[in-house]
Amino acid sequence: MLGYIVRRLMWAIPTLAFVSFISFVIIQLPPGDFVTAYVAQLRNGGEYITDMQEALLREDYGLNDPLLVQYWRWISNILFYGDFGRSLEWNAPVSELIWERLALTLVLSTISLVFTWIIAIPVGVYSATRQYSAFDYIFTVFGFLGKGIPDFLLALILMWVAFIWMNLDVGGLVSPQFEGKPWDFDKIVNMLSHIWIPLVVLATGGAAGLIRVMRANMLDELRKPYVETAYAQGFGERTVVWRYPVRVALNPFISTVGWALPALFSGDVITAVVLNLPTTGPLLLQALKMQDMYLAGSFILILSVFTVIGTVLSDILLALSDPRIRFS
Amino acid sequence: MTKSTHAPLAPMPPERLLELDNVGVHFPTRDGLVRAVNGVSYHVNRGEVLGIVGESGSGKSVTARSIMRLQPKTALDASGTIRFRRASGEEVLISAQDRQSRTMRQLRGGEIGMVFQEPMTALSPVHTIGTQIIRTVMLHRKVSKAEARAQAIALLTRVQMPRPNDIVDRFPHHLSGGMRQRAMIALALACDPALLIADEPTTALDVTTEAQILELLKSLQQELNMAIVFITHNFGVVADIADRVAVMYLGRVVETGTVDEIFYEPKHPYTQALLQSIPRLGKSHGRRLRTISGMVPDPYNVPTGCSFHPRCLHGVRGVCDVKTPEDVVFASGQRARCHFAGEVAISEAAQ
Repeated sequence: MLGYIVRRLMWAIPTLAFVSFISFVIIQLPPGDFVTAYVAQLRNGGEYITDMQEALLREDYGLNDPLLVQYWRWISNILFYGDFGRSLEWNAPVSELIWERLALTLVLSTISLVFTWIIAIPVGVYSATRQYSAFDYIFTVFGFLGKGIPDFLLALILMWVAFIWMNLDVGGLVSPQFEGKPWDFDKIVNMLSHIWIPLVVLATGGAAGLIRVMRANMLDELRKPYVETAYAQGFGERTVVWRYPVRVALNPFISTVGWALPALFSGDVITAVVLNLPTTGPLLLQALKMQDMYLAGSFILILSVFTVIGTVLSDILLALSDPRIRFS
Repeated sequence: MTKSTHAPLAPMPPERLLELDNVGVHFPTRDGLVRAVNGVSYHVNRGEVLGIVGESGSGKSVTARSIMRLQPKTALDASGTIRFRRASGEEVLISAQDRQSRTMRQLRGGEIGMVFQEPMTALSPVHTIGTQIIRTVMLHRKVSKAEARAQAIALLTRVQMPRPNDIVDRFPHHLSGGMRQRAMIALALACDPALLIADEPTTALDVTTEAQILELLKSLQQELNMAIVFITHNFGVVADIADRVAVMYLGRVVETGTVDEIFYEPKHPYTQALLQSIPRLGKSHGRRLRTISGMVPDPYNVPTGCSFHPRCLHGVRGVCDVKTPEDVVFASGQRARCHFAGEVAISEAAQ
């Protein structure tokens, strides 16, 4: 088991090196660079910038160096000094920008993920054990609606409902009057009145899909002979269902739980943009639009590190829960 | 249901362990009512092995599941009574029990064990053999986990599992088919049941393993003096293990008798035809094997009268296709559900 984990981790290293290089190259691929975008923005703002000044800027940022040199400068700083470089647009260290938003992102995503599982697993199990019952149909309708309505649309509707009927002030994490104030009781209450919308949006979107998956997995497992064996041993229905088929039906979930890690980090970009939440998602979107290469590159690098770690974690968890995986 | 309309049942004879009387299990489907079990009666005495033989779809497995109250949820209990004598001596009317009742849950695994056809999939893939046995033991007996584990190892030893101390911590996918069926039998025997229902326990095994498992079941049966309802479609297996035999056709028991009676003096034309269709070493030299003409009728259109009449060599028009035959009881206790039981030629069956 230990050897398996070590082997998995060793394989992750070349994968990460490759992914980091590819992500750096992809960011450079579109025509123009950060300076092009920056200068265009300044000119739109009415400033006058000569071509000479533009070339100087480019030289300053080291954008004229060969790609490999730029890549090495970036990756060696990360590896040796933990320095992700400076965001060209924000003129601030990348790590600072990301850390600032990471806490909220992780809290929001984790709570919504936990809600998703708490809703989806029992409902999926119920739907499967009471197939074609009234509640099964109700959950099915809810499931397809939840899957069919885009998250951002649900976010807009909920904002509208909260604003018109509940007289709440919506969007952002806190109301403007609390912005930049220290955290106290009033601010927390105010945040709670904002944060339920993204939670509901993220949890329903995720749960709707997972209910269907759980139901299908359970229907497959409930037909298997070992379920009948468990009944024939004298266990009650609840014990049989939760101890045997649920254990097996959860394995596909466990094998994908690692993907939740990068998802937690990036959050739901569109929902976050619509709701004006200070999470990492909109930051990534902005960095890509501006070709803010160190910021975007660091983002993608962190995402891929999380993906690789998440996959390794999933594999280990699955090996722990499903003995059939362990030794093959 | 039939519960309320019943006259009080006469108590079962003391040696009787299980008695089925006129049991009917029907399935409402989109294409009509399927009478999968249509008036089945049989009984099992303590320490006796009853073989139940029939083709696929004859209702033998559904009947067995009714004894456990584990028939599919769509099934309707159409008629009849199932009674079982508990270890305490009291009779339980199983057919009146709720699927999830406390009594049923005590009986299952505690007093009635069941072995299934598919050893490859009938054990939980994510729990060790030991865990599955220990859970059953702890459910029915007030023992500590360590005691239950010791008992699991003892059970594995009893079913002649090689290296029981090692196998107890193994998962089913580490075991061969024969070993899994041994584990399954150990699981069914976890709480010393008075009755073991074996639903085609050797069908999925190769012939060598089949012989070993049959040998094991026979020795366990004698050692523990337990009764077995042994369901199979294989007459050879029945001859090997059973004391008495019930032959089923289209949801009815058409003939019951001792093994000798069934094999040497079959009274029902269906039993006779089945016996003649078995190839025998040495006997069939140069002779074409007899087959039963026609197909098993589809369950939505069961023939009127005697349901076997379209395929019967002795069918008499005007009688067999009109009247449903009653059980004809012979002096020895042998019964056959045929208008002409005892009159039709036995011909070569005795061979």
